[in-house]
Amino acid sequence: MKRLVFLLLAVLCVSLISGCGDKDKEGGKSAEKRKVREGVTGDALVTSSLGDASGLIYNITSDSASHDVAQYIYNGLIKLDKNLSIVPDLAESWEISDDSRSITFKLKDNVKWHDGAPFTAADVEFTYKFMIDNSTPTSYDADFRLVTDFEVIDPLTVKVSYAEPFAPALLSWSMAVLPKHLLEGKEAAKSSLMRSPVGTGPFRFGEWKSGESITLEANDEYFAGRPNLDRIIFRIIPDLNTTFMELLNGSLDIMGLTPTQWVKQTDTALFSNSYDKYTYLAPSYAYIGYNMKNSLFEDKRVRQALTYATPKQEIIDGILFGEGVPAHGPYKPGTMWYNDNVRKYEYSPEKAKELLAEAGWTDSNGDGILDKDGKPFSFTIMTNQGNSVRTKIAETVQQSWQKVGIKIEIRVLEWASFINEYIDKGKFDAVVLGWNIVQDPDPFDVWHSSKCGPKMLNFVCFSNAETDQLIEGGRHSMDPVKRKEYYDRFQEILAEEQPYTFLYVPNALIGLSKRFREVSPAPAGITYNIEDWYVPVKDQKYRLEK
Amino acid sequence: MLRYIAKRLAGMIPLLLGITFISFVVIHLAPGDPAQFIASMNPKLSETAYEKFVKMYDLDKPVLERYISWLGKFARLDFGDSFSQDGKTVMEKISERLPVTIWLNVAGMVLIFLFALPLGVLSAYYKDSIFDKGITVFVFAGFAMPTFWLALLCMYYFGVVKGWFPISGLRSFNYDYLSTFGKIADIFKHTFMPVVISVFGGLAGISRFARNSMLDVLKEEYITSARARGLSEGKVVFTHALKNAMLPVVTIIGLSVPGLIGGSVIFESIFSIPGMGQLFYQSVMMRDYPVVMGVLVIGAMLTLTGNLIADIAYAAVDPRIRYGSKKSN
Repeated sequence: MKRLVFLLLAVLCVSLISGCGDKDKEGGKSAEKRKVREGVTGDALVTSSLGDASGLIYNITSDSASHDVAQYIYNGLIKLDKNLSIVPDLAESWEISDDSRSITFKLKDNVKWHDGAPFTAADVEFTYKFMIDNSTPTSYDADFRLVTDFEVIDPLTVKVSYAEPFAPALLSWSMAVLPKHLLEGKEAAKSSLMRSPVGTGPFRFGEWKSGESITLEANDEYFAGRPNLDRIIFRIIPDLNTTFMELLNGSLDIMGLTPTQWVKQTDTALFSNSYDKYTYLAPSYAYIGYNMKNSLFEDKRVRQALTYATPKQEIIDGILFGEGVPAHGPYKPGTMWYNDNVRKYEYSPEKAKELLAEAGWTDSNGDGILDKDGKPFSFTIMTNQGNSVRTKIAETVQQSWQKVGIKIEIRVLEWASFINEYIDKGKFDAVVLGWNIVQDPDPFDVWHSSKCGPKMLNFVCFSNAETDQLIEGGRHSMDPVKRKEYYDRFQEILAEEQPYTFLYVPNALIGLSKRFREVSPAPAGITYNIEDWYVPVKDQKYRLEK
Repeated sequence: MLRYIAKRLAGMIPLLLGITFISFVVIHLAPGDPAQFIASMNPKLSETAYEKFVKMYDLDKPVLERYISWLGKFARLDFGDSFSQDGKTVMEKISERLPVTIWLNVAGMVLIFLFALPLGVLSAYYKDSIFDKGITVFVFAGFAMPTFWLALLCMYYFGVVKGWFPISGLRSFNYDYLSTFGKIADIFKHTFMPVVISVFGGLAGISRFARNSMLDVLKEEYITSARARGLSEGKVVFTHALKNAMLPVVTIIGLSVPGLIGGSVIFESIFSIPGMGQLFYQSVMMRDYPVVMGVLVIGAMLTLTGNLIADIAYAAVDPRIRYGSKKSN
């Protein structure tokens, strides 16, 4: 699910920079067909998944295992390139109307479904209707419900309209387009396409051994050129230790490593003879969130003091073995939306003490704990079970906050109880959690004051009239330059207000077999150009037996 | 005997109903539900979507109403559809996973009995000898050692360092292209480590049980009198003592039946074995109520049946026991 959300959100913001913005709201044209390297096709990439996929119709599954597989089977109208810019996929080009309320997509005319049927505008229309149908069990319908009119202009042109300019609109069309001729009139979840999907993507479905593996095969007819690799095999290995051992054994080609594995367990000749290590900033951040409805955190000086008293670098060095960078806001450093000119809080217990004293917190009874109006500064910090990094963060801040006279208890709860009983009901003081950084910068769901409520994402209930205006401005502006202005100011306010203590953005740590060539990590990750990966014939390991 | 079986079978019905009711209520009252699992913390969800999922899974109805509806289906032996998005029926899901778990557990159980019984009998016969003490240490080491830890050590040494066995999974990539013999060898190679480790962990229970049972029997007067009559030790131990000592073991076989399908969550996760343990764990985590209920009910039915079989077998092998016939008591 995280991956999908990431992809969807990604579509929104960065795309606007490259595609429509610079050419007077006209979308980028489709790139040249990629060159297929002669004589290097073959071999397979063996990767792993912690769980079995629940189904392979991308639009209705919500687990990352399903999306990891299905992403290679389908295409959207647009996609993100290596730099997270929006580029055409099934669309040849697009045009945004002068009032920024509609997008007209011109579709590619040489695309075929894996069963040979031609892809047309009817498939896009079907997908749109599918997403907003009340009987479709999808959790990704929000953006599509904002469409006020969907028009098929001709078999290769569609036009979508919105009531008001909606910046994330373009990115939402990266959603997988489904084959109308196979799904119309059928109950999707019961359809055979759940188990043997038909898409337009670079890989076609091969075989699914329940609980064991899913195999995809190169699509010889892929409109952008056949992938060089013959197959991608997803092995289902529910245990991360086992996955790592399979990697050491050479039975897996790629794995995301933990910081411990990266630093301590792969520093051997055996490993470096067979694997390359790649690292890049992951699209996520960790934070401590304060319940703004709790009187303890009412005063911004208190929140600022807590951030001053949090040793971010020590957390990164001690828990992540240095594999991450301090975070100061909700955007990823190095991307265009990131504003580096915001107030930063270097670790300083002295400044923390000063600010707390200013806010009226002093140790009047000499017990080492600050107090005010007879109440000690003590609260509970919660996090979810099963994430040892978060528990260690809580333990680290427990010690460092103790040094400035703040006492905290730590509670670790099972995820469902945590969310259901505490987060959704606002029954918490502070939490250690993380967010994925989606590519679209729209912060509406997490930071707008209207999103404070049961089952909503602004569960800390941050409320600020100016940020509400900025968020709305950014959401309704299709001009990336203007949007950046809104979001730069938004980040300045967040940095000043500190509703979260932003902790760090971790590094993604990848171990990949040396067999593969044409691998180059980019802001989009490492597998964005998997169709280009190849293995020189002499190094090929798996042969396709026909 | 027939009357006894009929009575026991009839008695199982309220018991099963009670088990299903308690299980149903407990899993539905646990925090979190499938709608939340799909929808929580997702900004792309429309405001109406959560309610849509709640309705789709009948979560808007009271638990009792849902239980009665579930029971109605269960009476027709229909466990319903999984909540998972693949829309498979519960029986489809269970039958996909069942053969693997049964195969591994039967193989493990047979080997445990094969090794544990002689070990137990010999330990009893050579009570307090070095052999007895050595075996005690050995079987309790297996019992006490955390399975996942031993499994990881073995996987690393025999899989990564020595390369003798595959680390996880049930079959190789090229399984479909192997000859029949090759397929058997492939599965054997893949399951060797999991089975050996489970046997090592399971030896203690049965071997200690057999040892104690044998010790009790060896103290009986008829053994002393057999020896006094000048019978050979072999005859005393294997003909007179062993037969009686093994009677309680029959009960253990009956009680082992539920374990044959339960599988082991940790074990199946570590070795990536797509069995019932893994299915149960995943279903609990995803709040897939129909599958959880399906697995629980099948487990409960097997436990009850196992008990019944144990009792019947007991009666069958021990002429002193005649259920339902007062005369023979």
